[in-house]
Amino acid sequence: MLHIPLLRAGKTYRSLSTSVLGHLSTGEPVAEISQANSGLIARDLAEIARARRELESLTTRELVEISKKAGTLFAEADLPLGDSTQSADDYVLQTSVTTGLPQSMVRANMAKARFVLEEMETVLGGLTRGLDLDILDQGFGEQGGRMVSYRRETDALGAVLPSNSPGVHSLWLPAIPLKTALALRPGSREPWTPFRLAQAFIAAGCPESAFHYYPSDHAGAGQILLRTGRSMLYGDRATVDPWRSDPAVQIHGPGWSKVVFGNDAAGTWSDHLELMVASVADNGGRSCINASGVWTPANGRAIADAIAREFAEIEALPLDHPEARLAAFPSRKAAESLSSVIDSQLARSGAEDMTARYRSGSRVTEVEGCWFLLPTVVYCEDPEHPLASAEYLFPFASVVEVPQNEILDKMGPSLVVTGLTEDAEFRRDLLTSTHVERLNLAPMPTSKVAWDQPHEGNLFEHLYRQRSYQGVA
Amino acid sequence: MNVAPGGNLEARAQEARAALDAHVREMIAWHFSPDTGSPFWLDYARKLPFDPREKIQSYDGLKHLGHFEDEWLRGGPVRRWLPKGLEGEPLYVFETGGSTGLPKTRLNIQDFRIDYSQFSETLSDETFPKGSDWLMLGPSGPRRLRLAIEHLAQVRGGLAFHVDLDPRWVNKMIKAGKHQDLEDYKEHVVDQGLKILRGHDNVKCLFTTPKLLEALCEKISLAKAGITGIFCGGTEMNAQFHRFAREELVPGVDFVPTYGNTLMGLACSKPFDPETKDYTITYYPPHPRAVFKLVDPDDPERVVEYGETGRVMLTTLTKDFFMPRFLERDEGERTEPIDLYPWDGVSNLRLFTRFEESVVVGVY
Repeated sequence: MLHIPLLRAGKTYRSLSTSVLGHLSTGEPVAEISQANSGLIARDLAEIARARRELESLTTRELVEISKKAGTLFAEADLPLGDSTQSADDYVLQTSVTTGLPQSMVRANMAKARFVLEEMETVLGGLTRGLDLDILDQGFGEQGGRMVSYRRETDALGAVLPSNSPGVHSLWLPAIPLKTALALRPGSREPWTPFRLAQAFIAAGCPESAFHYYPSDHAGAGQILLRTGRSMLYGDRATVDPWRSDPAVQIHGPGWSKVVFGNDAAGTWSDHLELMVASVADNGGRSCINASGVWTPANGRAIADAIAREFAEIEALPLDHPEARLAAFPSRKAAESLSSVIDSQLARSGAEDMTARYRSGSRVTEVEGCWFLLPTVVYCEDPEHPLASAEYLFPFASVVEVPQNEILDKMGPSLVVTGLTEDAEFRRDLLTSTHVERLNLAPMPTSKVAWDQPHEGNLFEHLYRQRSYQGVA
Repeated sequence: MNVAPGGNLEARAQEARAALDAHVREMIAWHFSPDTGSPFWLDYARKLPFDPREKIQSYDGLKHLGHFEDEWLRGGPVRRWLPKGLEGEPLYVFETGGSTGLPKTRLNIQDFRIDYSQFSETLSDETFPKGSDWLMLGPSGPRRLRLAIEHLAQVRGGLAFHVDLDPRWVNKMIKAGKHQDLEDYKEHVVDQGLKILRGHDNVKCLFTTPKLLEALCEKISLAKAGITGIFCGGTEMNAQFHRFAREELVPGVDFVPTYGNTLMGLACSKPFDPETKDYTITYYPPHPRAVFKLVDPDDPERVVEYGETGRVMLTTLTKDFFMPRFLERDEGERTEPIDLYPWDGVSNLRLFTRFEESVVVGVY
């Protein structure tokens, strides 16, 4: 069976503890994955300054060039995978059958990672707001006629990663040109992308010591978060809440992204139907930048009904179907239990499943051994209803009807908001709201990413600190 | 362990089996006799349609008693477990960790000394030198370990220094997600251990748990600190940790993995063979005082085949405590007798898969 080893400072290590990853539809083993014991992680991370020093032997521009090569290799080359090699097609197939993401979406996410690597200079420009990259090599320099200086806050970035979509890996990629080693703990069903990205970097000429790859249990994940000076943590609320007060941990919990209408735009909602459907359903609804809510001061039921009609057109298809738009759940049990949770919440008054009338059967459906939840939109009269703030890993959204002047108070934290309004006062309120992380004040889906902008927190600000510097330039 | 090594393994396994059956008869006679038995078992026998002393003549005969239920050990009165034959002896009360609910409580009179005296005979005098002192860094409190390690040190002519770790507090911190507090507590425990190692040159032997061993080794080289033998136990022990310890944490130091629990005693592991480098951990119970059977989880009457995975069914047969056919929270692979231990063992002991979601283990 294919074996995925650990990477300890880039060197492969076969653990005696393993887990077996199964094919989503057949249950057949796809790969055996080495598991890192937490002491091994702690021991390696105690030595990680060495890896940072090796990265520092290269300039930022050299590492940007390496990133570009890595992007091409990631998307096209045969790369090492344990004792074997993995082609780009192997990667797409393997990722699809263990995560449930259709192959077409895996390819789209692969293109996203390639883009970030190949356009690393643009991405770094977005993160640093145009800092001269030579300043990172020297530690100080003049920018815009002013002396600036930045100090790196850590030798390594830890990343406790999810299984939902390979696109999230784009976020830690800039760590390498920012001369920060990596300690990656992949999601249990998606070991593929971080391993392949590390191999692409190494093949492109990056010092291998920068890469630590530790599939592990929760204790291992905890070691990474505790022992890297800066880290990012993906997970549900229960996973991320204990780490919220730790400034060294950048939290990537539920996104609760939203499309928000102003009074002026709620009457022309139908102009934005495609935008709403894309916001909720792109990438199988699996990203935290997918909208889980549409908040509007009027016409909520009509909006929900129209989205429901569109959703009814989205059918579950085999994972290798080029038109597939839905991602499969890890098991029948997982799909059915989530559907039951939604049904039990619908049993409470104040919310209605608008898709039910357009569906011929159950919300849960099976295609070629894979289990899916069909897209679901709920109309909520009550913003306090639990479904008004629910977020699930499939195309699911609540349309919540609230007066405009109450929306920002009641909608809660939102990773992305697409604000549809020309009302100057409401636009200003959206701009100044501390609930909103990323803001689109234009008719574009929440799922559209601008790579020359910081995204989901700013990795540069997480890894570097601006400081005062006085001396000879 | 009344079967001396040497000779034909199959014959010695049969001999061990006969010794076990004889021991079962002796223990049944002890625990179900009004002169020596405990109130619990005498009361239990009154409700049976047979006299266990007549009906049960072998290990297999224990099936007539069904399965011991751990709920019987949760709560008092604890003296109902005191065999009349041991009344007047100093009593010890030990508790389990509480990972499956309320802690289980058992009485102990002499078992822990017998277990550890026997275990002492398996240790190397070269790496666990007689007359040297011990550091016990791990859970004491209501557990058996403090007294047991102290006895082990004493039996070997030394004394034991102790640093306590409270696993119930650790458990609470894990459940509350207090990761940094947990690290601070671990450091607090390790710091105390380091002070003892620095201040007392005669400490050459160490008992600790896998997690604390890792934490200690982050601070110092135990070999340079004079430690020559480590006796290590805990739920985190598996083949990977075993290898990691030998290759990276404490190379050159004798490393003896063990498995013990309050209800059984101490199981020895199959000695490590540096030639084959097989890091699989296989435990053998202190036969005939305790017996492991690996059984089908869906049909505990069926003992699984060698190499097959089964749920651990533990029987404890001592004068202190009688616990027939208790279905443990653990599973593993049934392993064949070896020359040193000519009875069944268990490999790759781990939490029973069906309990994984409800039990917090490996906290120390």
